[in-house]
Amino acid sequence: METLKEKKTAQKTKKSIRISGAEAIIHCLLAEGVDLIYGYPGGAIMPVYDELYKFQDKLTHILTRHEQGATHAAQGYARVSGRVGVAMATSGPGATNLVTGLADAQIDSTPLVCITGQVPRHLLGSDAFQETDIIGISTPVTKWNYQVTKASEIPEIMAKAFYIAKSGRPGPVLVDITKNAQFDELDFTYTKCNGVRSYKPAPKPDADALKQAADLINNAKKPLIVWGQGVILGKAEEELKELVEKAGIPAAWTIMGASALDSEHPLNVGMVGMHGNYGPNLLTNECDVLIAIGMRFDDRVTGRLEDYAKQAKVIHFEIDPAEVNKNVHADVPVLGNSKETLSLILPLINPNSHKEWLQLFAEKYQIEYDTVIKNDIYPTKEGLTMGEVIEEINLASDQKAVIVTDVGQHRMIGCRYAKFKESKSNITSGGLGTMGFALPAAIGAKMGAMDREVVAIIGDGGYQMTIQELGVIFQHNVPVKIVVLNNDHLGMVRQWQELFFDRRYASTVMTNPDFVKIAEGYHIEAKRVTERKELKSTIQEMMASKNPYFLEVKVEKEDNVFPMIPSGAAVSEIRLK
Amino acid sequence: MLDCSIGYLGIFLKRHINIESLNVSKSEIDHVSKFTIVVNTTEKWVHNIVGQIEKQIEVIKAFYHTDDETIYQESALFKIASNLLFDERQIQNIIKESNSQIVTVSREFFVLAKSGRRFEIDEMYEQLKPFGIMQFVRSRPNFGN
Repeated sequence: METLKEKKTAQKTKKSIRISGAEAIIHCLLAEGVDLIYGYPGGAIMPVYDELYKFQDKLTHILTRHEQGATHAAQGYARVSGRVGVAMATSGPGATNLVTGLADAQIDSTPLVCITGQVPRHLLGSDAFQETDIIGISTPVTKWNYQVTKASEIPEIMAKAFYIAKSGRPGPVLVDITKNAQFDELDFTYTKCNGVRSYKPAPKPDADALKQAADLINNAKKPLIVWGQGVILGKAEEELKELVEKAGIPAAWTIMGASALDSEHPLNVGMVGMHGNYGPNLLTNECDVLIAIGMRFDDRVTGRLEDYAKQAKVIHFEIDPAEVNKNVHADVPVLGNSKETLSLILPLINPNSHKEWLQLFAEKYQIEYDTVIKNDIYPTKEGLTMGEVIEEINLASDQKAVIVTDVGQHRMIGCRYAKFKESKSNITSGGLGTMGFALPAAIGAKMGAMDREVVAIIGDGGYQMTIQELGVIFQHNVPVKIVVLNNDHLGMVRQWQELFFDRRYASTVMTNPDFVKIAEGYHIEAKRVTERKELKSTIQEMMASKNPYFLEVKVEKEDNVFPMIPSGAAVSEIRLK
Repeated sequence: MLDCSIGYLGIFLKRHINIESLNVSKSEIDHVSKFTIVVNTTEKWVHNIVGQIEKQIEVIKAFYHTDDETIYQESALFKIASNLLFDERQIQNIIKESNSQIVTVSREFFVLAKSGRRFEIDEMYEQLKPFGIMQFVRSRPNFGN
């Protein structure tokens, strides 16, 4: 390890080079280890694209077909690889088209650096062509943003952007760079950022809190762990597994936490939340100690807060102090990075098993299996179900694929039934629920983990929101597997209309195009399955393909997703039908 | 807060919390600004909002104080039609009793300056209101105890 003195000398002896702001941006990206970016050129970012052309052997730029696709691809890349995703766009509409992806990354804590071009400094505020106040617009949906107006600011701001995006609770950062700052020259040297005066990435774990938490866990008769994405972001999968096994505690996950622990681990009791599993939802209101790890008690997880785990002592392992006591009161908050706090608590935990308590989960699972799961994945009725498609993908991929889901019924079914052996395998738009997320995110996911199979599961609604990204898959031959579960409806909204709006199906019926022909138009191998007997072999064929593959499965039009905690109900009011 | 960014005000707006007063000034530390924001809401929400403000990158520290922990020292200016000074005797009494000062006089109007505790400003406002106040402005610098 370098000493401080050596570091200082190294910095002093670093020779600066005289280059343009645009070239400096490329050097910053390279210095941060970036080799892949997604984006779309335009007037105000052209000097940077000109430099990208010169550096194309070191830095690959993928031209998405819409800037929103660039952000979701960068998200998919970041989520599977654990690295920072980078997206680039021009000013005005280019920048505003990033907003959905920024908001998605902000609420799902995904590290992104987005670079936007901006009109020259002297035109700012003049309503110039393609000028928008993207700093004002993106402030509520970024972890940090900054407008660079001088070339000399570029290295420091870019270093800060990467540091803020990936440290602590990660998030998206937007750097807006005026065109004059791209053209002007600066004396360039690059030093990575490792601290910002007003920013504490992660609180230091407190020994007393750890001790109190361990006491509660050791004395609990009916403890329940609910973990979220904080375990994955903190790289604490092993520590979670050790805690679960040592203390013998049933563990459930939020949608963003999926895949951190093997789906078939005997102590993995399933998903919590609106369409989560029956047992963990119901028993949340019976546990005596609720151990929340890296999750934020989203309303889709808690249902009606006034009736959420009121009987339980709550321990909240959390990196972001603003999340503690926000929705659910924490009797013992344990602040800090999940890997650090879980490692520290492990030696304080007594080995235990909670056989009787676990038995309750098994009983509830059996009820759910008999009333819901069996019919979902082994249907006896004629029409194809979404669940059986997911089950076939599990079988054909040996549970090793990265599953990227869009938003709607197929996503809930996908997250309920997809099985995972590896972490970072469930990529979905959790907090924002962005339709159109999956296709571009799957492109990014594949590029972030070329050695893994990536299967995008998408509904016919969401697919058509970003369908143009098929162009990227074709142009770069990205071997993702695309499965559209087509029920010719906006299925989730239709389900709510059926259950809560007296079957008034307002604008949820879709007349769809020939999706196979569209995929074929992009020269992507494509098949359609309409009958059960074709399903297994076609999915096997798809998984065996080395190329991009499109599969449309015509599923039952009016199936519903259960169990369900209706909006505003308590977790214990979960419905099985 | 470093850099005088007001982007975080959206945190109040999205919860429909009306900002009673907002004061930005230099603090006792160089290059650090101090924002004092007065709002009327529940302590639970203030707790959440303070957490969300504190995690903004430029914010060094955010605190909250309840009403009884706060010292208000305000300055207020009242603009009043000049003819009232001669027609309404009571106005002269108010000026005297409130220890306020006339800071400018013209043919059309005069301006009264008053500093004091919040209730003193409120009281003077109520006294002058029946005579017609042309313009009124108050500042609310305050400290948590």
